[in-house]
Amino acid sequence: MSYGKSQTEEIKEISGVNPYKCMKCGKCSATCPSFDEMDIKPHQFVSYVLNDDAESLVNSKSLWKCLSCFACVERCPRDVKPGKLIDGARQVVVRQRGADYLVPEEIPECLDPELPQQLLVSAFRRYRR
Amino acid sequence: MSIEAKTEFKPKIVAFCCNWCSYAGADLAGSSRLGYPADVKIIRVPCSCRVNPMFILRAFEKGADGVIICGCHPGDCHYSTGNYYARRRMTLLFSMLDYLGIEQGRTRVEWVSAAEGVKFSTTMNEFVEKVTSLGENIRLGDLRCRS
Amino acid sequence: MSRVQRIGVFVCHCGSNIAATVDVTKVAEMARLEQGVVHAEEYQYMCSEAGQAKIAEAIKEKDLTGIVVCSCSPRMHETTFRNAVERAGINPYMVEIANIREHCSWIHKNKAEGTEKAIILAKAAIAKVNLNAPLKPGESRVTKRALVIGGGIAGIQTALDIAEAGYKVDIVEKTPSIGGRMSQLDKTFPTLDCSACILTPKMVEASAHENIRIFTYSEVEQVSGFVGDFTVDIRKKARSVDMDKCTGCGVCSEKCPAKKNASEFNRGLGNRSAIYTPFAQAIPNVPVIDRENCIKFKTGKCGVCSKVCQAGAVDYEQQDEIITEKYGAIVAATGFDTIKLDDFDEYAYSQSKDVITSLELERVMNAAGPTAGHLERLSDGKAPRNIVFIQCVGSRDCTNRGKPYCSKICCMYTAKHAMLIRDKYPDVKVTVFYIDVRTPGKNFDEFYRRAVEDYGVNYVKGQVGKVAPQPDGSLMVQGVDMLDNKQIRMEADMVVLATAIEPEAGVRKIATMLTASIDNNNFLTEAHPKLRPVESPTAGVFLSGVCQGPKDIPETVAQAGAAAVKAIGLLAKNKLLTNPCTATTDELLCNGCSACENVCPYGAITYEDREVNDHGIREVRRIAAVNNALCQGCGACTVTCPSGAMDLQGFSNRQIIAEVDAICR
Repeated sequence: MSYGKSQTEEIKEISGVNPYKCMKCGKCSATCPSFDEMDIKPHQFVSYVLNDDAESLVNSKSLWKCLSCFACVERCPRDVKPGKLIDGARQVVVRQRGADYLVPEEIPECLDPELPQQLLVSAFRRYRR
Repeated sequence: MSIEAKTEFKPKIVAFCCNWCSYAGADLAGSSRLGYPADVKIIRVPCSCRVNPMFILRAFEKGADGVIICGCHPGDCHYSTGNYYARRRMTLLFSMLDYLGIEQGRTRVEWVSAAEGVKFSTTMNEFVEKVTSLGENIRLGDLRCRS
Repeated sequence: MSRVQRIGVFVCHCGSNIAATVDVTKVAEMARLEQGVVHAEEYQYMCSEAGQAKIAEAIKEKDLTGIVVCSCSPRMHETTFRNAVERAGINPYMVEIANIREHCSWIHKNKAEGTEKAIILAKAAIAKVNLNAPLKPGESRVTKRALVIGGGIAGIQTALDIAEAGYKVDIVEKTPSIGGRMSQLDKTFPTLDCSACILTPKMVEASAHENIRIFTYSEVEQVSGFVGDFTVDIRKKARSVDMDKCTGCGVCSEKCPAKKNASEFNRGLGNRSAIYTPFAQAIPNVPVIDRENCIKFKTGKCGVCSKVCQAGAVDYEQQDEIITEKYGAIVAATGFDTIKLDDFDEYAYSQSKDVITSLELERVMNAAGPTAGHLERLSDGKAPRNIVFIQCVGSRDCTNRGKPYCSKICCMYTAKHAMLIRDKYPDVKVTVFYIDVRTPGKNFDEFYRRAVEDYGVNYVKGQVGKVAPQPDGSLMVQGVDMLDNKQIRMEADMVVLATAIEPEAGVRKIATMLTASIDNNNFLTEAHPKLRPVESPTAGVFLSGVCQGPKDIPETVAQAGAAAVKAIGLLAKNKLLTNPCTATTDELLCNGCSACENVCPYGAITYEDREVNDHGIREVRRIAAVNNALCQGCGACTVTCPSGAMDLQGFSNRQIIAEVDAICR
């Protein structure tokens, strides 16, 4: 997995965010409860993605300081969802750190009729490389 | 490639252009001296929604090799909604023609505004090239109309 | 129906524009051989006087019935040749133009190719003319009276301009007084004129003008007809006060015991009595009884106002009255309101009385407002020391909560508010949280810079995430400064929200009545965004003010004048010539299915029961009827018609097919 452009693409893909929609209003940063703890601020997440600088995001403190409260996603007037972006970056890191956390062989045990199909798909996306 | 002089196939193209946008766009292409093949002949209609699928079938029947309909951009129709109707009709018609075995490349809908002379000539150039590559229209042509 | 035509073909050299790459002589020769052609000639400049004379001569000599001119684009000279032909005595719609310049000579360098194409284009035009029928534009009358819907500054200005030109105008306003939003403002940017001072003279002028009639507390109920000949039903709602008797003394409102009704004029910040005039300078200065909150109407008891009225003007029995009037032109000037803030909980608008909208602030700062012009917190009446303004609340918002557009006026009015507060109360700290500052008008940017540089308003680039009311009554504002990259947490006594504006409620109903186009944001659509900004695509309907798009007062007044001019242009005509290339129905083929009615963008098709004689069978059938004054000739109905009953004159099915045949031969 190489750093750089492909990683940015991956982040965009995982999060489903269109970073061009951002109008740089700062509402996300204004709402964020963890703002002071972060080194890269929420309103900067999008610029980093636009500048293909996924590396800085991925190595930042913000990645882990983000509470995933999604207040920024709620408040963003452009539907840019910066919280999802940082979530996506986190996923990239998690996947990178080698583990396939989900082993397909374990699945049949966990299955029950109430389990929605979507859960399996989502789990595979999150916990496997 | 054969050495003997072969008469190059020149397709017959009929273009329906709406009076307000695409016809003006064609005029602009002309004023700007932007060339496109002489195979294209334009018929003026008040709106792209005037184009009855029967006209297109008639064109093919009488020997046309390609038909293109040009109208205003969605949202800009002089008659507000005409181009939306045209878009829907043509989608259905082309789908039917496809089923009949008329190649999709022989028909086209393009939105050209009055300021897009370049787009008009580029579109015509591309379309003629495409139809030329597809060759003569033999499927819908009515042999009795061949002179 | 085909007629045997005698067609004359005239091929223009256009100097060398055509002749250089098209063999015009050959084109004329080949045209001469076509069916119906009895005359063909070429000339240097057909559009010149000499050229037109040649056409006239040929018409006379050869008894021509149809003309084909092979020349430049019809968009250039179709009218020229139509006029020439009409002068020579033939119907102007017997002319067709073959465009052999823009579509041929100017783009094809190869003369042989160009000539061949020109010949084919000429053949197509000839084939079409063979099937042309003389067309006569219809005439419809013009009622010389205009209707203006909406009595704000836009409606007033439009009405004044139309009235000054000598035409009668009626203004219909749904609130009890004209004046609109401008009457609610305190001072206006960029001049800081007192709003009432510049508005009331216009209001008085409108009410005094002999050509203007004002119907307040009235609404448009129904519109029928078409351009030049609209019939409108106006509902004059019952004021419960006789307008002819009332002297405007105001004693009734004073003595009315039902005083706790939220004042609409003061945006709910103050109260009014059940019998009230909205504001002191109201025109007409006649009160209205709010029957839903009037004790007499609710319980049958009271009647104080009637007792104290010296003029005996109170009339509890008054009923709504519907009047019907005819108009030639209608101008929509329905204005705007601010959006509801139900979806913006982060600003605590509903939780704290000290979080207000900018329009509410205007009322607070206005000397005639709920606080008599004193800037005070609405919760406890104390003077604020820290005021925070938040821009773009609900504007530029592409989620469901807000509006996607920029509301245009907020950056300027916030700068105005900030400046006025700093001027009057220099100890008060004012902070403005913005995304962009948009101040494009004349003297606008200078105005905003004065607020920053001369009046010390603190502009912070960033937004506010949360406004939290504190137990001690203050407000905690959490925002961000993007340039310093810091989150700001500050205490504020008052927070003012610059909310988005949207078209006034009820505009959709009006648009439907007028069959005027309206967009997804409820703004009325103009005929062309650049070149025709004050006309609706529907003929005879004009747009004035914010109902067409967000704008400030200078732009509104300018647009109001423009709309007035367009209306005057229409009213000045004694009759309207309608486009003759309209749709026609073959009544024998029509099956009454309404498909055409549904696709017509102009509502030009209606259905009527008509007796038809179908080859001897007489019966009444439901047949489509096209209103030639409304039909614009787009042809949508012709293709939609499943029975082939609909056809378009000037571009009939047979004509187009003849052109197709000629090209494909």
